[in-house]
Amino acid sequence: MLNDEQIERYSRHIILKDIGGTGQEKILNGKVLIIGMGGLGAPAALYLAAAGVGTLGLVDGDVVDLSNLQRQVIHFTPDVGRPKVESAKEKIAQINPDVKVNTHHTLATADTIIDLMKDYDFIIDGTDNFPAKFLINDACVIAKKPYSHGGILRFDGQTLTHTPGEMCYRCVFHSPPPPNAVPTCSQAGVLGAIAGMLGTMQAAEALKYLTGVGDLLTNKLLIFNAKNMAFRTVKMKRNPKCPVCGDNPTITQLEDYEQAICALKK
Amino acid sequence: MTVKINGTEETIDDGLSISGLLKKKDVDMPDMVSVELNGEILDRELFDSTVVKQGDDIEFLYFMGGGQR
Repeated sequence: MLNDEQIERYSRHIILKDIGGTGQEKILNGKVLIIGMGGLGAPAALYLAAAGVGTLGLVDGDVVDLSNLQRQVIHFTPDVGRPKVESAKEKIAQINPDVKVNTHHTLATADTIIDLMKDYDFIIDGTDNFPAKFLINDACVIAKKPYSHGGILRFDGQTLTHTPGEMCYRCVFHSPPPPNAVPTCSQAGVLGAIAGMLGTMQAAEALKYLTGVGDLLTNKLLIFNAKNMAFRTVKMKRNPKCPVCGDNPTITQLEDYEQAICALKK
Repeated sequence: MTVKINGTEETIDDGLSISGLLKKKDVDMPDMVSVELNGEILDRELFDSTVVKQGDDIEFLYFMGGGQR
């Protein structure tokens, strides 16, 4: 049951007909794991914390860099050099003491990812590289976990939501691109606000999943370009030849893909 | 003939293959694009042999990373 302070704090959720007190309780009981506490994970974590998601798991092996602050809005200037998960945990505690935060100052790997995600209801992919994105996809398909995929570059963003049995990232993108074939944000740049747009969409998908409100971005790929603010949703379906979720999957165990990241700042 | 490419109606030459269309569209790294043809993801091995037909609905979908660093 919600206490008086919670009724006031979450009043704008509670007055939403689709959410109400029951929906808010679902959010308070919800557990979301965010992998990557950067451009996408930062806004997602802020909104999920503010929304009162009961448990947030944060996975990131990095420390805050000065060049992160242009878009990774959960980290502040004095946080430079600190582990991102610690910086984020501190902000979340200030936004909303209702939220329990579990931090993992590590990279998600083939050996650890299933264990990392096992206690969570929904996963957010906020990573910046294809090996991690494919690993998260495969792990979620194999462990039957719903998750939100997100990618941003320059002025563009794209996102899809996978739930068990529905189309996955690999249905569209069969395998990781060769190392350095696709530029990363650190190579090609990204408009900071794009990260906020996409990360908050991912947070909204997590809240929709927890409350059962509306239709998720399943079997769809949402693509936007912020230069002309053009949004499109491309209809998709599960690919029977998909190597992980198809009819005859060839990927039944997780493996770590070659790290394609070539960070120019180093 | 007219086809729909990424949501926009376009007039293209008859007889183009998907590979030909990618070239025409200046997609310089076709390996980096996934193609959805009339709602189904097209096998990469079929890019050369698949001829675009009047009214086809074609989506070029690009890899997009980013977010963490």
